[in-house]
Amino acid sequence: MTHPFHSTLREMVLDAAAQGRTLRPHGSRSKDFLAQQLAGAPLDMRGAQGVIAYEPSELYITAHAGSRVADIEALLAGRQQMLAFEPPLFGPGVTVGGMVASGLSGPRRMAAGSLRDFVLGVTVMDGQGRVLRFGGQVMKNVAGFDVSRLIAGSFGTLGLILDVTLKVLPLPHAEQTRLLELDNTTALRRLREWGAQPLPISATCWHGGRLHVRLSGAQVALDAAAQLIGGEVVDVVEAAALWQSVRNHTHAFFDGDAPLWRVALPPMAPHLALEGDSLTEWNGLQRWLRSDTDADALRHVVGALGGHATLFRGGRTMDRALGVFEPLKPEVMAVSQRLKKAFDPSGVFSPGRLYPEL
Amino acid sequence: MSALPQAHAETAHIHAAAATPAAISPAALIVELSRVLPADCLITDSGRLRAYECDGLMLMREMPLAVALPTTEAQVVAVLRTCHRLGVPVVPRGAGTGLSGGATPHKQGVVLSTARMNRIVSVDRLAQQAVVQPGVRNLAVSEAAAPHGLYYAPDPSSQIACSIGGNVAENSGGVHCLKYGLTVHNVLRVRMVSMAGDVMEVGSAAPDCPGYDLLAVTIGSEGLLGVVTEVTVKLVPRPRVARCVLAAFDDVRRAGQAVADIIAAGIIPAGLEMMDQATTVAVEAFVHAGYPLDAAAILLCESDGTAEEVEDEIARVRALLDAAGAIEIRVSDGEAERLRFWAGRKAAFPAAGRISPDYYCMDGTIPRRKLADMLEAMNAMSDKYGLRCLNVFHAGDGNLHPLILFDSNDADSLHRAEAFGVEILELSVALGGTITGEHGVGLEKINQMCVQFAPGELDMFHRVKAAFDPAGLMNPGKAVPTLHRCAEMGGMHVHHGELPHPDLPRF
Repeated sequence: MTHPFHSTLREMVLDAAAQGRTLRPHGSRSKDFLAQQLAGAPLDMRGAQGVIAYEPSELYITAHAGSRVADIEALLAGRQQMLAFEPPLFGPGVTVGGMVASGLSGPRRMAAGSLRDFVLGVTVMDGQGRVLRFGGQVMKNVAGFDVSRLIAGSFGTLGLILDVTLKVLPLPHAEQTRLLELDNTTALRRLREWGAQPLPISATCWHGGRLHVRLSGAQVALDAAAQLIGGEVVDVVEAAALWQSVRNHTHAFFDGDAPLWRVALPPMAPHLALEGDSLTEWNGLQRWLRSDTDADALRHVVGALGGHATLFRGGRTMDRALGVFEPLKPEVMAVSQRLKKAFDPSGVFSPGRLYPEL
Repeated sequence: MSALPQAHAETAHIHAAAATPAAISPAALIVELSRVLPADCLITDSGRLRAYECDGLMLMREMPLAVALPTTEAQVVAVLRTCHRLGVPVVPRGAGTGLSGGATPHKQGVVLSTARMNRIVSVDRLAQQAVVQPGVRNLAVSEAAAPHGLYYAPDPSSQIACSIGGNVAENSGGVHCLKYGLTVHNVLRVRMVSMAGDVMEVGSAAPDCPGYDLLAVTIGSEGLLGVVTEVTVKLVPRPRVARCVLAAFDDVRRAGQAVADIIAAGIIPAGLEMMDQATTVAVEAFVHAGYPLDAAAILLCESDGTAEEVEDEIARVRALLDAAGAIEIRVSDGEAERLRFWAGRKAAFPAAGRISPDYYCMDGTIPRRKLADMLEAMNAMSDKYGLRCLNVFHAGDGNLHPLILFDSNDADSLHRAEAFGVEILELSVALGGTITGEHGVGLEKINQMCVQFAPGELDMFHRVKAAFDPAGLMNPGKAVPTLHRCAEMGGMHVHHGELPHPDLPRF
């Protein structure tokens, strides 16, 4: 959907490209910490806000990139719907564009899918100032390459995200959180066993010997699952606060200055015997680690298990030279560089945000 | 179904001539390929090449120079390096069941079939993942996972024959994708070889790789970016119970409204399908499912989960269907009856073949709320073109498969069928939808890409392809039209589909 702001953007992009300058599109800047480098003149994308289309019975919402995610979620909740990937909100003003650019997903990702799974369409402005629409508002669409999902998680390096269409899902009829006292290895073993069964588990979090398991779905299904899983039921308000704190990194685990690593691992990876506190989500697939451990050593261990590690928050001692994001294999980097060039031939957008080469 | 008139096969030549001709003679190419492939992995005689002259889109036929049937990734690399060095186009092929001509050969090129790379590498119950080679059949993955109580969710109707490599190329869906997603939601990692012969892994068994999401671009890329050599898929626990509700409506608009009501009530059924009266009558004569023949439309709504969940959901669905004005509601009692409810829906394609010499299957997707409008428009088109049309829908996700009935021995009938199809696809775009929900663009819908996308967007698709395949030799001329072609297109739409496997269920 065109917006008067887009012509302003077009002029800025064309000027920057002509003069060899760079731009750094941003929303509320709540994720500025997550960057290999922040370069380019800040370009506030909040000039276009608001919902373009919301059709509850079609399960989609289209919004300008500058719209606040909190507003979108409130609108959806009014119709008993949600963004099922539970995007992390590291501040009150997180925008739709910033959310999609980062590609981050929260606790429910393990059951519902990641942010990119819910992206149905995007409108972007490329480095030549062209407004391009990819995907659409329907669930099934295989016309052309899936550029919408390529844009998700590209951290603003490919183009300016102008508007986004997201699939939405109904809110669960009921939710219940169980608490079990288990060590990490036992927790992982139980979670895998439950995961292989048709149980309505929508989120898991292990920290400090306590495993929280959230069940979502029909009340009858929750009752049956609760029996099988055991543990104690957690008070509704307390449970909501817990998942909110895990999602938005306001949990006490995330306090302090020690570097925060996000480690993603394949399902059968064992408990990592590394120095530092850890918080495990997604049945063990996502592990947060507070550790001063040597980055190369950590990536070596994680890589050997088939995973990857992001230096999510560097703390005081952060050394970006080691790479905030897991280094890419040369053949993947070669394709990525050519894609960057395809979208942004003059290298206008957020140079080096992900990798120095992009 | 009768053979198609030869004159129409020429349209395939127009498409396939898009790439630069190879500078090497066919004989020299075969010598080069024999150096890197064992004799039994290379087909060069015209008799055996004939089996590869088309995929499921039988109108588009072309004889390739050779067919390579590698059994290892190293052989795939060697074939691609050889062709890359010689400037020879390569057309990747899975099981050849695709409906849009994505695997139609290039007349100056080599078909690279992954059919013989058909090993299930591993199935891990606790990891809920399987690693398979590209030639493994879709259903074989679920069969291998079944002893563990797991299955692979995407279930395209050709699942007994189609391969995972082809599913990756087409981003295949199926009846259950409203709830369980498409291939893109169920494939975690793809290992592939680029045209230049570089092996690359995109995605990972661990979630959310850093960097650009090359996996998402690869899935649904119609064999334009690379040849898949290994795939890691997600397996999901098999639901304990599945039950199906059959509802009959005396008005199509009410049936369409019932679909919207179910979704709006917060229910995501495992399957939600709709058939119009013409289809119901045609399939009933074929499978005797016991459908009410006086209904203007029939909805099939499936619930799965634990017994308690299913009972709960069925009760809510039933109430909504009642309120929406269903004239009859049946709930399957036992697996035999559930399968009988589905039997007719799954027999729609063969039933069409039974009552008409030819039929042409479309694949547009529209917003659900436009279903009734679309049906009414298609009824008007049916009158306008003087051709019958059976309407089957993946109603839950708005994906339409109208089956236009015609007779290819009657040139005028074929011409009208093509025009009918074009009008449906263009209306799908006009209603806010897309020309293809799950069958792909291939050669078949390449002209309609000019309707759905503006020149800048098509240019970007070409740029994305070039990022993976700078030489432009992998499956050239498919999926994305040249801007020149769009400018020239005018009224020259090419549309036709015919199934080479009439025995396969198609839905």
